[in-house]
Amino acid sequence: MGEVMNFSLATPEIFLLFSTCAVLLLDVFLSDKCRTFGYMAALLAMIATAFLVVSSFGIERSFAFNGMYVLDNMSVILKVSVLLVVIATFVYARSYLIDRNIFKGEFYTLSMFATLGMLIMISANTLLVIYLGLELLSLSLYALVAFRRDDGRASEAGMKYFVLGAIASGMLLYGMSILYGLSGSLELKGVAAYVASQQIMHNMVLLFGLTFIIVGLGFKFGVAPFHMWVPDVYQGAPTPVTMFLGSAPKIAAFAMTMRLLVNGMEFGAAGWQQMLIPLAVLSMVIGNIAAIAQSNLKRMLAYSTISHMGFVLLGILSANEQGYSAAMFYAITYALTALGGFAVIILLSQSGIEAEELEDLRGLNERHPWYAFMMMLFLFSMAGIPPLVGFYAKLAVLQATVQAGFIWLAVLAVTMSVIGAYYYLRAVKLMYFDKPVESSTISMGFSFNTLLAGNGFLVVILGLFPGLLMALCVEAVKMSL
Amino acid sequence: MGIEQIIFYLFSGILLVAAVSVVTVRNPVYAALFLILAFFSSSAIWIMLEAEFLGVTLILVYVGAVMVLFLFVIMMLDINIDIMREGFIRYLPVGLVIAVIVAVEMIYVLTADSLNIVMPAAKAADYSNTKELGGVLYTDYVYPFEIAAVILVVAIIAAIVLTHRKRLPNVKSQKPSQQVRVKRDDRVRLVKMEAESKPNASTRGGQ
Repeated sequence: MGEVMNFSLATPEIFLLFSTCAVLLLDVFLSDKCRTFGYMAALLAMIATAFLVVSSFGIERSFAFNGMYVLDNMSVILKVSVLLVVIATFVYARSYLIDRNIFKGEFYTLSMFATLGMLIMISANTLLVIYLGLELLSLSLYALVAFRRDDGRASEAGMKYFVLGAIASGMLLYGMSILYGLSGSLELKGVAAYVASQQIMHNMVLLFGLTFIIVGLGFKFGVAPFHMWVPDVYQGAPTPVTMFLGSAPKIAAFAMTMRLLVNGMEFGAAGWQQMLIPLAVLSMVIGNIAAIAQSNLKRMLAYSTISHMGFVLLGILSANEQGYSAAMFYAITYALTALGGFAVIILLSQSGIEAEELEDLRGLNERHPWYAFMMMLFLFSMAGIPPLVGFYAKLAVLQATVQAGFIWLAVLAVTMSVIGAYYYLRAVKLMYFDKPVESSTISMGFSFNTLLAGNGFLVVILGLFPGLLMALCVEAVKMSL
Repeated sequence: MGIEQIIFYLFSGILLVAAVSVVTVRNPVYAALFLILAFFSSSAIWIMLEAEFLGVTLILVYVGAVMVLFLFVIMMLDINIDIMREGFIRYLPVGLVIAVIVAVEMIYVLTADSLNIVMPAAKAADYSNTKELGGVLYTDYVYPFEIAAVILVVAIIAAIVLTHRKRLPNVKSQKPSQQVRVKRDDRVRLVKMEAESKPNASTRGGQ
């Protein structure tokens, strides 16, 4: 405390808040025919926010609001990724929403509030702000999941997500309150100073608080054994919401873990490393094996998310700079790939049909070779096949794991990835070697196609030349430690 | 054991009994009332901790507003609790085992030596908790405060999105502006009738 307020550092958040309120007001005065204006305004606001964030790149690590807000390169990179992913979600979601008569302003306002919550989490520097940002994100997501309120499955998914999310928040808060009670400080700096002064393995109460924090994080990340909500919510939510849920919040979850575990408890690594290992192992095993049994495409991708989050945890639990930056790279590129995968599901569910079964992919190559090719890129990237970005992300994480001395973990991760490759390849086989059942043509607007092509291009180009993004991640992690 | 400790144990005891009853009583109205009791006892404990403002707020906001609303909802909705209680006995053994394990672990941890926190000295009698809170809430803590405000806005929007429905076209509703502008001529029509001889016909005409 006692530092200056520095409001100007938080310009992107403040701007996003005001423009979200403006979009909300604008939407009230729009008739159903001119909803496009609301959509355009939302897009513009997000793009402008992204520019504001980028303009603060390269500034020294600095603090605002009495040290509650931190601005460093890591936060800039993560925020830009979150904003770009959300912008892409808006563009992808448009036709789906129009088709189903839910092209309403609320979708955009709630998504923008959720994005604001993510930005706040990414820049949080106290336990209190981390929690509040998380709640802002979660509350908006609960409402978004149950957005189609006449759909029984969506309401059920929303309810499940809400109840489990509330329990997870409670766990996290309990852990935080114990940390606060011990260290007497809400600021991560103060917590870090306390943890540094203790032998974590001999301080039962500190371990106790840490356990609750890890459980809360596990729920929010959706890693096993706290993954029960993931498949149901992914399946029940409308596809654009699933897309939103499965991409940007993963980046924010990574940021939250970095702030809590690394910035706040770096000297307690011996403690949380051991707790994260079972989570990572279980996620990779359960995620990859259960995905094989799924016939629903959205559920399959949900289990695939669980296994990918296991990989992110693997990077973090290496507890070295290389591991953190590899996990950061993984989270960003996974969000990018998942975005593309869900975009193809949106594409297939045109004219009122919900395409979410694996069978709906059958013969996509004959119906539309370009879209099939794009889907193949995304699936191969998730499976970790070179030269796509998923391969490099996995490689970087594995390198860090081996460097940290967990060779058995690396071996297990590779084995599980090989098992996981089966269900990605099965989807590719359905697209390329089977005859189509449906023969209706698929077509999408210009913006959708351009974005999908760009998305696919990024997955390839980042795989071929990962150096730039990786260097950014390494630099950012170094600066924020 | 000083008087403070006696009061503390008294309120903690009431709090525990009330909290357990919230989950176990059959009647949801009783459960809500027990929750109010739990809030009262915890606010008493907070006041003992010199957090007077929080204690008073808990009573004003939770007991005064939130719980009354709860009671309204419970009484209005007439929820069938028998359906909700199905499986309570079936899941009880598993839940009980887990609860006991968690409780034992927590007791083991929380009685450990590392939790030897020195009791802070009491503040002077003229120390105002409320004034101190007011001093930092809009200055040092303005950022979390504003975020909390945004969360409330999201809650309002979410509630409207999930529950508000457009009126159906054939639903009748009152239009006060038209109601006050109504004139006698709009409602009453005087009809001139010929006098008739049959009594049946005359009553029909008068209707």
